[in-house]
Amino acid sequence: MTELAAHAAASGTAAAAASAPILSIRQVIKRFGQRPVLRGITLDVASGEFLTILGESGSGKTTLLRLIAGFEDLDSGEIWMGAERLDRLPAHRRQVNTVFQSYAIFPHLSVFENVAYGLRAKNTTPAEIPERVTQALAMVKMGEFAKAAPAKLSGGQQQRVALARALVNRPRVLLLDEPLSALDANLRRQMQVELKSLQREVGITFIFVTHDQEEAMALSDRVALLRAGLLEQVAPPREIYGEPATAYAAQFIGQTNLLRAEVRDGIAIAGSITWRTFGAAGNATYSLRPECIRLVAESESRGMLPADVATARFRGRIRNQSFGGAMDLIEIDCGGTHTLRARIASPGILTGEREFEFTANDAVRVREGEPD
Amino acid sequence: MYSRAYKTAVTIPPLLWVTIFLLVPYAILFCYSFWSVSSAQTIVHNWNLQNYLQLARNPIYLQVLFRSMRIAASVTVFALLLGYPLAYYLSFHAAKRKDLLYQLVIIPLWASYLVRGYAWKTILGSDGVLNGFLQYLHITHKPVEFFLYSPFAVIITLTHIYTPFTLLPIYASLEHIPRNLVEASHDLGASPWSTFRRVILPLSLPGVLAGATFAFVLTLGDFLAPLLVGGPSGIMISNVVVSLFGAAYNWPLGAAISFCMMLLVVTLLFITERLEKRLVVS
Repeated sequence: MTELAAHAAASGTAAAAASAPILSIRQVIKRFGQRPVLRGITLDVASGEFLTILGESGSGKTTLLRLIAGFEDLDSGEIWMGAERLDRLPAHRRQVNTVFQSYAIFPHLSVFENVAYGLRAKNTTPAEIPERVTQALAMVKMGEFAKAAPAKLSGGQQQRVALARALVNRPRVLLLDEPLSALDANLRRQMQVELKSLQREVGITFIFVTHDQEEAMALSDRVALLRAGLLEQVAPPREIYGEPATAYAAQFIGQTNLLRAEVRDGIAIAGSITWRTFGAAGNATYSLRPECIRLVAESESRGMLPADVATARFRGRIRNQSFGGAMDLIEIDCGGTHTLRARIASPGILTGEREFEFTANDAVRVREGEPD
Repeated sequence: MYSRAYKTAVTIPPLLWVTIFLLVPYAILFCYSFWSVSSAQTIVHNWNLQNYLQLARNPIYLQVLFRSMRIAASVTVFALLLGYPLAYYLSFHAAKRKDLLYQLVIIPLWASYLVRGYAWKTILGSDGVLNGFLQYLHITHKPVEFFLYSPFAVIITLTHIYTPFTLLPIYASLEHIPRNLVEASHDLGASPWSTFRRVILPLSLPGVLAGATFAFVLTLGDFLAPLLVGGPSGIMISNVVVSLFGAAYNWPLGAAISFCMMLLVVTLLFITERLEKRLVVS
């Protein structure tokens, strides 16, 4: 982690916590027929933050976005924008703009007219329109395409026009519905970087919907993880990765090992592995990230450590090792049903039984099962 | 790839059909238009332009042609006024009733043209349903005569018959509009009316044009409706052609009128097709 990135992440979190929410979603429930899609969502969005709603398909993330935009009516609950009750306003009266997954560029209008559409709809002074449209197009580097017909543009270019068309209206909140999912991998990464710097530049609150956890981590100030119509965890990416609240969150965001352990007298026991813990006694599940497991050099191998020290040590047979460039992925058979996956930097080819260790605090206790 | 023999086999029959039953008769008709009728009521093959000159000189033909075009234009306007809102409702708001309503639009097309013509005769006549109803309500005290046997009756009948033909292409073009464009328009602050005016209407214009062309061209060539409900004041150009080929026994003049009509319609189709191509955004 560079200092700059750390600073940005910290200040983003601070800003999110300090200012009053620009958007407040309260106990929102939405059904399609008999099928519940959102089962009670409460979420505050801070002014100027980049919030990602992350979830698998069918988790209700797009529905939540469409409720904010005004394309769907909620069954119960409220959405507020500042002191204004948003969910009772028709879509065209909301100070919210959307970038659609399939861009939804008007095919019968030029790029310029597409971007000018919202300004004309809101009776902006005609003299002001060309300047603002030109500015918006320049911001997304599409200035030279003003006169072009949308059909002549590539997917990435249409994407930029869709962004300009939304941002030119200076919305209080910009909604983005998987806007990058139709782009190829390279363009996608490039657009991620641009999107993030664009958001910093304009200072508008972004609510970004995606099913791609890497994208969510790279872009967001905070991630709201949605699972089957309920929020699983809402936290900054580092926190959600480092301290996942639930087993689902731990597995969905990054890779993890789930250790089902029995806790007794401050010691967690999962098969042959034991470590120190501060949690309550009883059965518990712990998440241990693969990169938290270290290989103990054979020369340093000193057998088992006492169970109550900060470092846990265990032996396991190498079952599989796949080369991954900087980091190899290693499957360790620890006996019984326990197979752990470890990510270890260039260990050379490992065979037989080896000794591994991890810091006890890296095993994070998580909730399991359906959120309630 | 298909073999050459296969391609020939599927191309030849329709080509033959079109040649024998369309192109050859048209050619014959075209020849007829330069011939004339002798005093002994036989057709003589002396090539001349008399028929075309007569059409230009005698105002009666042009009058009937203009009346036909007026009627066709009226039918087009009314069919669009009826067809567009219904197509719009079907496409955007009918939801679960969509299929049922769509069938209701289609079903009249199964009834014979004649049946529909006679139905309007029954409705509009002196002893008809409409007059009976008006008298029952004491709005009128004796039958209103101008309902039937007038251009008005022709327009009503043909509007009824051709509205489905205008509705269907409009409906098809409305169905093709991606719904997220409508959402995008609302999202950008355009009211429902403004969205209709700036997104839906422009994108459905190709359908409107196709529907209008159907109504206009089919009405212009219609002769049954004027025959059934038109009366002397509702005569249209096709009725003139029919009588010239029938009782009047002046095939050459009839052929000349037909040929002029065909030229008119083909020009119209050519123009609308060009327009449609410009409207359709690829």
